[in-house]
Amino acid sequence: MNILSLQPIPVAKWINAFVNWLTQFTGFFNAITNFLGGIINGFQWIFDALPIWLFIILILLITYLALRKNKHWGLMTFELIGLLFIWNQGYWRDMTQTLTLVLTSSLIIVIIGVPLGIWMAKSKVVTVILKPLLDFMQTMPAFVYLIPAVALFGIGMVPGVIASIIFALPPVVRMTNLGIKQVPSDLVEAADAFGSTAWQKLIKVELPLAKSTLMSGINQGMMLTLSMVVIASMIGAMGLGSEVYFAVGRNDAGSGFAAGLAIVILAIILDRITQSLNQNRQ
Amino acid sequence: MADKIQVKNLTKIFGHPSHKLEDLINQGASKNDILKQTGATIGVRKASFNVKNNEIFVIMGLSGSGKSTLIRMLNHLIAPTSGQVYLDGKNITSLSKKELRELRRQKMSMVFQNFALFPNRTILENTAYGLEIQGVAKNKRYQKAKKALQLVGLNNYGNEFPNQLSGGMQQRVGLARALTNDPEILLMDEAFSALDPLNRKEMQDELLDLQESLQKTIVFISHDLNEALRIGDRIMIMKDGEVVQTGTPEEILRNPKNDYVRSFIQGVDRTKVLHAKDVMVKPAIINIEKDGPRIALRRMRDNEISSVYVIDSEHRFKGLVRANDADRLIQNNDNDISKIIEKNVPIVKPNMAIKEIIAKIPKFPVPVAVVDKDQKLIGIIINSSVLEALSGNEGEK
Ligand SMILES: Nc1ncnc2c1ncn2[C@@H]1O[C@H](COP(=O)(O)OP(=O)(O)OP(=O)(O)O)[C@@H](O)[C@H]1O
Ligand SMILES: [Mg+2]
Repeated sequence: MNILSLQPIPVAKWINAFVNWLTQFTGFFNAITNFLGGIINGFQWIFDALPIWLFIILILLITYLALRKNKHWGLMTFELIGLLFIWNQGYWRDMTQTLTLVLTSSLIIVIIGVPLGIWMAKSKVVTVILKPLLDFMQTMPAFVYLIPAVALFGIGMVPGVIASIIFALPPVVRMTNLGIKQVPSDLVEAADAFGSTAWQKLIKVELPLAKSTLMSGINQGMMLTLSMVVIASMIGAMGLGSEVYFAVGRNDAGSGFAAGLAIVILAIILDRITQSLNQNRQ
Repeated sequence: MADKIQVKNLTKIFGHPSHKLEDLINQGASKNDILKQTGATIGVRKASFNVKNNEIFVIMGLSGSGKSTLIRMLNHLIAPTSGQVYLDGKNITSLSKKELRELRRQKMSMVFQNFALFPNRTILENTAYGLEIQGVAKNKRYQKAKKALQLVGLNNYGNEFPNQLSGGMQQRVGLARALTNDPEILLMDEAFSALDPLNRKEMQDELLDLQESLQKTIVFISHDLNEALRIGDRIMIMKDGEVVQTGTPEEILRNPKNDYVRSFIQGVDRTKVLHAKDVMVKPAIINIEKDGPRIALRRMRDNEISSVYVIDSEHRFKGLVRANDADRLIQNNDNDISKIIEKNVPIVKPNMAIKEIIAKIPKFPVPVAVVDKDQKLIGIIINSSVLEALSGNEGEK
């Protein structure tokens, strides 16, 4: 028997039908679009309002404060040179747009991902449901999310943020779950034995002890959103990603590299700052 | 002494309930058979016992005998499959979540084998944890926590973190954390097992000292018989989830119920495990404020002895009066007994081991007075009672 002689299962059709069915909830998706749009505009407004030199000083200051314990003049020098380079290349506004996309997506994945991860750690049922879903979200090629994102949220930053969230959410959920589960059972027991409520146990014991695992989940998630910027530019998310994308269209290796370099610089700065937040308390 | 905790038919089975399981349990099938046939593990099986007010109750047994499971059913960290736990006569097996929290906050605290200190909190913050979650103001809870740290001799370490302290010190913090709540009951699951022998002995002494002044009810798990005999007022021995024998250290040493218990107590150095309080007897006494030499002589005659112990109205130990001295006093027509009190009598504390007593008092056995921390005379040790105790059950029956 040849399997091709059978009728193909109409997976594609079903999914299209499903996406079509979803489009009837315009009100709901508009609300999400407006909400995310608000956050995006907020970030962008701040970044546009800041003079570039002040922005650079702020980044250096944040780094200085975050690294209090082990002063890293090397990193600060790198940041200074890197940011000046981006400015010099004329990518400043693109960089802030990309930063907006990354920060908005990261904010949302923390708001959604941390509670989901906690819930997963507390409930077997949720674990069973979420595990395959997370695997699916992370392994499905990110391009695939673009299509329904456009259908439901139109063109621009918002669908880019949505696609980034879907792609970058799993590590945050996973690492939160892992962090909470890794809290030694006798500490959890001690919290219970002294009469903690579930909330007190979470806030005073579990989350503080899960913090470093959780933070590395957030760090990973942020890096994944950054890896989405070129892809997101295909559906109209502006920024460094779109510079790369246009350079590809123009067959302009030079500009492509320059914009790519700007992404790398931004990635390193974000990575080091979030990592160092993790290492603060002994 | 009243019972603080009563446990009735307490049972915990790990695994899915089934008819087959129930049948097997009712037939009294062994833990092993039940595990093989149903996959369920018996944690604790129909345990019944009482813990008296202000005693140190030690639970012993081999690994897997259900000690941890049992102690965790007392504060409901593990929910029993069946049976009841009564605290001050009140059934606590079916409390609501909120009532249970209150119980854990007010009445029982736990000390853990591996200390279970929160690594992200300072020693002071750790110690104050129990009060913190009750919403006690910072000043007040730190004040109480400092007091508790002082009790265990760590008042200068409040700002350190747990990983900066040695094991012995960490467990002192564990104890202080449990004491800060001022609970009525302390649950201690192998609290000293992770400590080296020297530290362990020191902690045992400290616990006994604390107990003298604090008077808590303590349930203490141990798998070290020497520890159990040293600190336990009573000992319960468990096997495969069941209670095998409960009794005072002496009762267990003298009358081991079966070979399992016998194998436990084999090779125990009785001079180390028996304490002054285990072998002391009731002395003949007179009251210095009321009684004269004639009463003293009569007491001696009644008891066929040649000396009596002297106390005051508060029962505080004053010394010893000998028959010939009392005689002399009467012949001199003098009633003032304080003139003939012999003050040079060896004194020991109730929880001093016989071995130490023998080592400490060169001319032992002379009568030795057992005196508690308030200087009250609670008994005396005489030659024959020591010999009898050391010879174990041979002297009995
Ligand atoms: N959560 C659990 N699930 C299944 N079985 C368990 C669980 N906890 C304990 N048991 C089983 O119950 C029995 C009693 O265990 P428990 O931990 O109470 O013993 P223990 O006397 O404290 O031993 P140890 O001296 O090793 O601490 C053991 O057979 C153990 O395997
Ligand atoms: Mg145990």
